[in-house]
Amino acid sequence: MKRFGKFWWDFIVGDDWRVAARIVIAFGLTALLATTSVPAWWVLPLAVAAVLWLSLRRVAR
Amino acid sequence: MGLTRGWRSTLVGAGAATLALAAIVAALGPALTVIPIGTLRLVVGGLLLVFGLQWLRKAILRASGWRAVRDEEAVFARERAQAANAPRVERAGLDWYAFTISFKGVLLEGLEVAFIVLTFGSTQGSIPLAALGAGAAVVLVVLAGIVVREPLGRVPENTLAFAVGVMLTTFGIFWGAEGAGVEWPGGDAALLGVLAFVLLISVGFVTSLRRRKLAFA
Repeated sequence: MKRFGKFWWDFIVGDDWRVAARIVIAFGLTALLATTSVPAWWVLPLAVAAVLWLSLRRVAR
Repeated sequence: MGLTRGWRSTLVGAGAATLALAAIVAALGPALTVIPIGTLRLVVGGLLLVFGLQWLRKAILRASGWRAVRDEEAVFARERAQAANAPRVERAGLDWYAFTISFKGVLLEGLEVAFIVLTFGSTQGSIPLAALGAGAAVVLVVLAGIVVREPLGRVPENTLAFAVGVMLTTFGIFWGAEGAGVEWPGGDAALLGVLAFVLLISVGFVTSLRRRKLAFA
């Protein structure tokens, strides 16, 4: 069971869990902004750029 | 596996995995169509995005020199030697090592493809069309492999991984945002803008990390 769970974790989340966690937060912010009159389309692309850069920087330092 | 351990057990493993995949697709396909489209796009977009970022992250690190580029020939030689040296255990008349390795390989890679096809199909409202596209891609890839094997072999593996990462991330952003309630300016045409953005930042990150690597050297 533990190995089965580890397989799915590795398959979906991969080797940097922070990426998945930050993407979930970015989706939350996008959904929140989408309920207002402010356009929300720009949030996710910018969040992805930031999340990717933070993850890369963790390795490249 | 077929070359080193024999074809019978290898093909039985691959066949069993194909059957398992077919059962999973048959169960998941209809289930996906009853989920509201907004929820589906959010979940699918999120998963594609997390998948895509995994691919993109590794491809950028390899392209910028922060992670070793895989030497495909060395990996093949190493794994072939491992397979040849593994002890032979017979179960149900099969070489169990060859059966399990080929079963796992086909099932895992197939799951990834099935997931992409099912999710693309269900978010766009036509799983059969997505399956047809996947089937056409298989035929095209086999034909391309036969006709242009040499030049294709020279395309670095990391370039392909980079392209896959960019595409998955793009679709993940587009559908995920739609699922979260976003209306893209320009409708579906915004997908091209997202693609250009993801490509631009990825190339920018490679350049920046390459400079950083040189500065550290």
